[in-house]
Amino acid sequence: MKTDWLRFLAPVAVGAIFLLLWHALVVLNDVPAYIVPSPLLVFRTLVHDWGLLSGSLVVTLQVTGAALLAAVVLGVGLSVLFVQNRIIEASLLPYAVILQVTPLVAIAPLIIIWVDEPRTALVICATVASIFPVITNTTIGLRSVDPGLLDLFRMHGATRAQTLLRLRLPSSAPYFFAGLRVAAALALIGAVVAEFVAGTGGTRSGLAYQILQAGLQLNIPRLFAALMLITGSGIALFLGVSLLSRLALRRWHESEVPKEP
Amino acid sequence: MQKVFSNGTKALDPVSLSIREGEFVSIIGPSGCGKSTLLRLIAGLTNPSAGSIRLSSEVREAAIGFVFQSPTLMPWSNVQANVRLPLDLLHTPRAEADEKVRNALDRVGLKDFAHFHPRELSGGMQMRVSIARALVTSPRLLLMDEPFGALDEITRNRLDRDLSALCEREGLTVLFVTHSIYEASFLSSRALVMSARPGRIYSDVNVDESRPRNESFRSSEAFTSLAARLSASLATAMEAAAS
Repeated sequence: MKTDWLRFLAPVAVGAIFLLLWHALVVLNDVPAYIVPSPLLVFRTLVHDWGLLSGSLVVTLQVTGAALLAAVVLGVGLSVLFVQNRIIEASLLPYAVILQVTPLVAIAPLIIIWVDEPRTALVICATVASIFPVITNTTIGLRSVDPGLLDLFRMHGATRAQTLLRLRLPSSAPYFFAGLRVAAALALIGAVVAEFVAGTGGTRSGLAYQILQAGLQLNIPRLFAALMLITGSGIALFLGVSLLSRLALRRWHESEVPKEP
Repeated sequence: MQKVFSNGTKALDPVSLSIREGEFVSIIGPSGCGKSTLLRLIAGLTNPSAGSIRLSSEVREAAIGFVFQSPTLMPWSNVQANVRLPLDLLHTPRAEADEKVRNALDRVGLKDFAHFHPRELSGGMQMRVSIARALVTSPRLLLMDEPFGALDEITRNRLDRDLSALCEREGLTVLFVTHSIYEASFLSSRALVMSARPGRIYSDVNVDESRPRNESFRSSEAFTSLAARLSASLATAMEAAAS
């Protein structure tokens, strides 16, 4: 019980100390707001510009959410395909790797040129950025099946579909969720990076656009406020996925089983 | 029948064996003597390189029950769903399946644990779930591959006793692979001693003691002399293989 509180309070305390230090340094050294705004000013800007920023937040979150959904559906689909046949995996996996190792900033301009609808282009970029961990983790998971259970399924004449649905997919869940945590962060980064690349040719509405605009106008407090929203979204996304993982695995998987008091 | 693995390892030299209905046959031998391979051949999990396996029509009609070395349960499903698995795979109607599951759990003494998850049970209880799953299709033949090998001796003795009673009550035919001479002596109506590399049946011992057996059998003259006999047979089998 005591350690539970500590686990929560310790990082909060570090954050509070950091903010105080930041504020003190800015005030004591009289740093102008267009170089480093004080945390208080950032917070005031966040409240003052909420109308503008909240709209952008929704746009960025929509792109991230759509990309993550696409990454999960396509990624799990591809993984299922991979475990059906080694040849399919051998022929497709190298291209998934190529997609992963090519920097997103390098291919995003092409995608933005090729795809007319800017929102769709951003979703594609963010999907490309986040699909790889879903594919690799789910594939490993689908293969990590208890050989005894596989024998049991065979003995009772299970079909491929039955083995997939009742054995391979549940076995892969812990691996999938580990991949999903990474993918969620990558989807957000992908959405932001893609919008940066798209610049004024983009949707003119996401948080990255606000950062670009604020930078050009030297509205540094707003830039900071938008940055805070991106970071906050990332944390919320991570916590959301962690919660999902806990709900799905808490009855059976070691990683999420509640510790005995 | 004979079994040679694709890497050239001769797992089983030509082995000929016939088992009558209602027998409790234990197979005992050093590791690598092909005991598990023999079970997998009978279960149809692998095919013989030469020869054939003939099963009576009653055995073929009901699925064969197989109990593995470890409980081999699906950790994400509760006890009930684990035991129901073979029926689900055969598309048995739900109500009928649930009735059979209740019955199977009752037979292994776990009827109050239907909604537990495997990790919430002890090793011995997990093994009972595994046996219930093997019984749920009402098999006539039960194949058991060192099922209690990983359990402590107290739990193992208890499960051996319960298994002995269960098999006698239901007239099951059992093929039971074990490393333990004492377990084989306690359970069997017939014991096969195998030798390794290549695997073959070295001796075939009939046990004319009534079944089911209880704890007092463990201290009986018959038990001690049987264990000594199997032990000697195993020793010569291993010597023969080594030379």
